[in-house]
Amino acid sequence: MKYKGKISPPKVTPLPKSPTGIRGLDEITGGGLPRGRPTLVCGGAGCGKTLLAAEFLVRGATLFDEPGVLMAFEETEAELEANVASLGFDLTGLVRRKKIVVDYVHIEPGEFQESGDYDLEGLFVRLNYAIDSIKAKRVVLDTLEALFAGLRNEAVVRAELRRLFRWLKDKGVTAVITAERGREQLTRHGLEEYVSDCVILLDHRVNDQIATRHLRVVKYRGALHGTNEFPFLIGDDGLSVLPITSLALNHKVSTNRIATGIARLDAMLGGRGFFRGSSILLTGTSGTGKTIIASNFAQAAAKRGERVLFFSFEESPNQIIRNMHSIGLRLEPLVKRDLLRFHATRPSLYGLEMHLATMFKEIANFQPHVVIIDPVTSLMDAGTESECRGMITRLIDYLKAAEVTTLFTSLTQGGHALAQSESSMSSLMDAWILLQDFEGNGERNRVLYVLKARGMAHSNQIREFLISDRGVDVVDAYIGPSGVLTGSARAAQSSLEKAALLASQQEAAQLKREVERKRKALDRQIGDLRSDYEGEALELRRIAEQVGTRTFVLGTERAASGLLRQADTKVVAQTRVRARHGNNGNGTP
Amino acid sequence: MKNAPVKRKTLASRARIPKLWQLRLYVMDSTPNSVLAFSNLKSVCETHLKGSYRITVVDLLKHPKLAKGDQILATPTVVRRLPNPVRTIIGNLSNIEHVLVGLDLRASS
Repeated sequence: MKYKGKISPPKVTPLPKSPTGIRGLDEITGGGLPRGRPTLVCGGAGCGKTLLAAEFLVRGATLFDEPGVLMAFEETEAELEANVASLGFDLTGLVRRKKIVVDYVHIEPGEFQESGDYDLEGLFVRLNYAIDSIKAKRVVLDTLEALFAGLRNEAVVRAELRRLFRWLKDKGVTAVITAERGREQLTRHGLEEYVSDCVILLDHRVNDQIATRHLRVVKYRGALHGTNEFPFLIGDDGLSVLPITSLALNHKVSTNRIATGIARLDAMLGGRGFFRGSSILLTGTSGTGKTIIASNFAQAAAKRGERVLFFSFEESPNQIIRNMHSIGLRLEPLVKRDLLRFHATRPSLYGLEMHLATMFKEIANFQPHVVIIDPVTSLMDAGTESECRGMITRLIDYLKAAEVTTLFTSLTQGGHALAQSESSMSSLMDAWILLQDFEGNGERNRVLYVLKARGMAHSNQIREFLISDRGVDVVDAYIGPSGVLTGSARAAQSSLEKAALLASQQEAAQLKREVERKRKALDRQIGDLRSDYEGEALELRRIAEQVGTRTFVLGTERAASGLLRQADTKVVAQTRVRARHGNNGNGTP
Repeated sequence: MKNAPVKRKTLASRARIPKLWQLRLYVMDSTPNSVLAFSNLKSVCETHLKGSYRITVVDLLKHPKLAKGDQILATPTVVRRLPNPVRTIIGNLSNIEHVLVGLDLRASS
């Protein structure tokens, strides 16, 4: 109803509708089947007509408080009850509580002897009685065409059918009439000409050995409806139609981040890991460690106390647990605490839609925070590419609406790996991590890139991804003039670098010692020179003293000899005095 | 064809084991067809089962609940409840030949 209200202009009163309660069908039809009018459901054998009709009644009785009458022409009450019990419907209980009346109309071809004119008033009486007895709002006639087989007078049958549909409308009940699909027309006996309000076509097709049921609303008078063919499936809790288009892109988003369990990978993702509720694609060729990263992620989440649902399409849970144990990941305690739950199926077990429905149901039951699908590519084998794309879109939408973080691993074949992933899935994903093998030096080494991570500043670097018995580690790959080096080449390169460093350190130490030695030599030389100098200076002083002594001695000796000679020492002395006063005498004579 | 009457005879004799035939005529109100069916049935019984039959007329308008028990679909309908097996004829019984076949009374004609 609300769907319809959005589309139609507000002044137009929308056609009243009866919700079917069948998942997806109400979305396609914009609220359900036309209320108070008959709807024709046609399809081949085994495509689920009776179950759709039965679910319409059961849901009406249980969810919408609209009691219903099921008039069955092919199956007895007991058979019907047993059949719908397989969908989890308690028809017996509903009959006992007077919510549903089942009336089995027995028609065996040729059983009646016909003689003269008749009408089908008996049928009307029974139907009327059944409707009135529980004040039914819904009626199912399954399969009315049995009348054509049971009664020979087709003209009477046709006339009575026309009257019946008119009568149903007048009665104001919402009716579902099932019919076999005909070769050239919708139904074998042309019932569509009586039912003009709503016609739903069911179909069961086998594609590549995998059968898928489809539903299409052929006609819905007076209402907008999805005209596409929608896959639907019959699970053990009823039908679900899987419309892609009904899900709008308006889920709320979280800004919370969750760690990947590998610290270095978190660092590459802007330091804090993935956004909660985002969808993450992990692609790589076989043996690149997809499951390991996925398991790490699972373990990290479960250790935080979040529930993790691990869909495995290749390995059994025990095998995953054993293998992860070998790299130091202990998943078993988490499984025991029911924080981690595995769900392993073979992809070829059933069709894509069934897988999807099973997954939906598991998710609804477990309410996980994190879902891991390993690998999503296995599912791709179960359907055509467009189907897979549609399915993954629906799955992502469903999970995003529930704010579940999902990690898809994707196995790629060598070579066209990227292109393949790209075309089918990557545009739907929020983050994409690529794992790759690097071959060289007679070994294979794993590297990892973050190709895309919406909404975060992520690393553009290539990293080497190491798996050891202590877990996984992400290390820098060596990038040098010869390209990216990984594994032993990286180790060799780093030891080369170490050796070079050591050599230069040694060289520096050597040089330092040399300089030291030179400085010491210099000091020594300086000391020598100084002591030389000091020696010479001492000598010089000694000599000078010697010279002074000698002069004095000499003078003394001369005076002594002059005394001895008594000659003109006075003269000499007087002359000296005169000469000294001479300058003054010149001024004062 | 020579054996045919013999066969019919045995069938008829077997069918005649119970003394009383119980017939039920289901009608919807007193429509022309209902009235016609009753008179046709009555005349057949008078001809072939004089004194050993009982016709119960059920008006479904008054007793709609009874329609389910005998699996009534069309009206008028005659149900032969006894002798066994149960046999059903629908229509206003205007084709006497069909009525006789339906009631398994051909041998006595």
